[in-house]
Amino acid sequence: MDSAAFLMHRLHFGFTITFHYLFPQLTMGLAPLIVVLQTLALWRKDPRFAEAARFWAKIFGINFVLGVVTGIPMEFQFGTNWSRFSRLTGGVIGQPLVMEGVFSFFLESAFLGLFLFGEKRLGPKLHCLTAVAVFLGSWLSGYFIVSASAWMQHPVAYERLADGSFQVTSFSGVLLNPWTLVQYAHTMSGAVVTGSFVMAATGAFYLLGGRHERHAPLFVRVGVIAGLVSSLLQIFPTGDLHGRYLAKHQPATIAAMEGLFETRAGAPIVLIGQPDPAKGTIENPIAVNEALSFLIYGTFRAEVKGLDQFPRQDWPDNIPLLFFAYHIMAGLGTLFLLLTAVSAFLLWRGTLYRTKAALWALMLAFPFPYIANTAGWLTAELGRQPWLVYGLLRTEHGWSDSVSSGSTWFTLLGYMGMYAVLAISFVLLVQRVIAEGPSGADQGHPAPAGSAA
Amino acid sequence: MATIWFVLVAFMLTAYVVLDGFDLGAGVLHLGIARTDAERRLVLRSIGPVWDGNEVWLLAAGGTLYYAFPVLYASSLSGFYLSINMVLWLLMLRAVGIEFRAHLESKVWWDFFDGAFCLSSALLSLFFGVALGNVIRGVPLRPDGSFFEPLWTDFGVGTENGILDWFTLCCGLLALIALTVHGAAWVALKTEGPVQERARRAATLLFAPLLVLAAFTLFAALWLRPQLLDNYRQHWLWGAIIPIAVAASLLALVVNLRRGRDRAAFLASCVFLIAMLSGVAFALHPRLLPASTLDAYSLTIHNAASGAYSLKYGVYWWSAGMAIAVGYFVFIYWMFRGKARLGPGGHGY
Repeated sequence: MDSAAFLMHRLHFGFTITFHYLFPQLTMGLAPLIVVLQTLALWRKDPRFAEAARFWAKIFGINFVLGVVTGIPMEFQFGTNWSRFSRLTGGVIGQPLVMEGVFSFFLESAFLGLFLFGEKRLGPKLHCLTAVAVFLGSWLSGYFIVSASAWMQHPVAYERLADGSFQVTSFSGVLLNPWTLVQYAHTMSGAVVTGSFVMAATGAFYLLGGRHERHAPLFVRVGVIAGLVSSLLQIFPTGDLHGRYLAKHQPATIAAMEGLFETRAGAPIVLIGQPDPAKGTIENPIAVNEALSFLIYGTFRAEVKGLDQFPRQDWPDNIPLLFFAYHIMAGLGTLFLLLTAVSAFLLWRGTLYRTKAALWALMLAFPFPYIANTAGWLTAELGRQPWLVYGLLRTEHGWSDSVSSGSTWFTLLGYMGMYAVLAISFVLLVQRVIAEGPSGADQGHPAPAGSAA
Repeated sequence: MATIWFVLVAFMLTAYVVLDGFDLGAGVLHLGIARTDAERRLVLRSIGPVWDGNEVWLLAAGGTLYYAFPVLYASSLSGFYLSINMVLWLLMLRAVGIEFRAHLESKVWWDFFDGAFCLSSALLSLFFGVALGNVIRGVPLRPDGSFFEPLWTDFGVGTENGILDWFTLCCGLLALIALTVHGAAWVALKTEGPVQERARRAATLLFAPLLVLAAFTLFAALWLRPQLLDNYRQHWLWGAIIPIAVAASLLALVVNLRRGRDRAAFLASCVFLIAMLSGVAFALHPRLLPASTLDAYSLTIHNAASGAYSLKYGVYWWSAGMAIAVGYFVFIYWMFRGKARLGPGGHGY
């Protein structure tokens, strides 16, 4: 096997998917919050809500474009870089991908333009409906993609033909895979965490700078409340259920995530440490005794399977990165709950907008949900290794062996260059929207002439 | 059942070419027919609310191909690896060119994105033609159904082909001109004033090259692969409809262009594209991707299709989804009927 080419195909997918997911998480996270703002605008007759919705729609629009353009290569990469995988699984994985195109891309493309530019023509009520349509489209899209990913984690409703290919045996079986439901809930609440933190951070930024004081408290309030609810859902029940599913169906994965090399009754949970897979130890561990057994099985003495129970070739192939990705995700998730809970308490007491320390924390926290969501996907995808379809098809049997490592380098470097340009344009344009603010000209920061076009 | 999916995929790709074709064509002409910022915004507004939806047909067709013919999807995307990725880069550049242009108030910014929009539209039109040319000519498929084509070899047509050779370049050029005419007809239909005049003139000027190139490419294809006529000989009655439709639509196109009947000219151009693509699909069936090495290696609807369950049940939900999608299209095009105009309340371009 050309292991250099194999590695390049993995890096190619890893890079493009990681960059891509920076955008949909904000799209899916902001969409319901914009619907909330528009509903408030219809209900309360206060122009602040409509102005706030308009402001977030601008950022949503820029972000959406980036999500679409970086998503296009993802659909085709199954064929370009993972041709043996797609040849064998097209009959199953193809289903959610077509459904995404047919049921959500058409919906989004039809209503996005009306949502972004049609407010005057449609009037507030119809315009609110276009926001709902875009919200549904993006969440539906997420469902189909998660169901493709979940099928690879936990294949159901399939049969294998003599040539090794997978065929669907039940349309609804693939769509309603129990793994999909858990993974989808966890992914979506993660996206809402990103959306809420970005909104709260923007509000905190304005408050700390003494600008846009009519809208900033609204951003902070909506962000903190939505952030608290989604951070809570992220841990319980979705994260907890996810852990139980893993323990039941992918015990080797959870052992590697936790850095548990030996099977133990009353297994400890390692909070910090550096796993050494060659020696089978954790360096410098800080651990809580028996906590892992309790979290998985609800009793402190339960036996948890360690990696020693599994043949070495079935271990995830990058245990340190998997361990850190999982610990970063879980650690940040805990911090999100703490931060939003404290902020929500201050909000309830009516002192949040004056508490500088809390505002600083909220403002500086916005990158962390991006990191946590990325780490979460890394955990899911690295944890599934060495399999593409868990237990059935190995990653080393899925890549396009007709495409050389040179060709893969060529396109990977091309994507890196392209994405650098996209990232710079994105930061430039979003920075401008934030600098201009939700109330535009009436704050003494006049918009440049003609920018209404 | 596999034949139904062959028709569905052909339908989606045709819909893509007819719909996204006009906004690609508008892009090719963008720098030529629109000189001032206002004129360029007008061209962008003429495609603004619909171009993204048009492009979704390509994504949906890609997904449908994956689902119904996974072997073809896997083989062709990895086999055309380099050109597929270049097409993806161009699609990205073009989307950003259209959507980000209006966000900054700077002539340099506008000019950059106008240039990006024009260049990427032209190259995409060319590449789509080249891709179709590769399918018509055949690719060096191996017995396991895989292949890898370099970008070019010696530009000759043999068994070890490159993606670019004289024949596929001809197809690319034909696509470029056909879509430019198509885009010109659309812009003429949706605008007024000097932009409309220039669009009409461009369409009229390009008609003669279109005719010559179409005839040349057709004869070249038949000379290289005489078996393309097999289906036409076997089902001559059905087969006769296609050349008649091509000829009639070309005639209607030139007559209506001369008389300045923009709607009829655009419709004629649609029929021309549909007839040409149906002609290719009709000639290929049951092949999806012919082999230039040995015909037995060709990918067909039989050896590249998904299992029976997928194909059977897929038709139901697929049709339901597409019916809804067509509904959106009717709604959006209806919302957007009439001439595109500058001024407030437009689509932000």
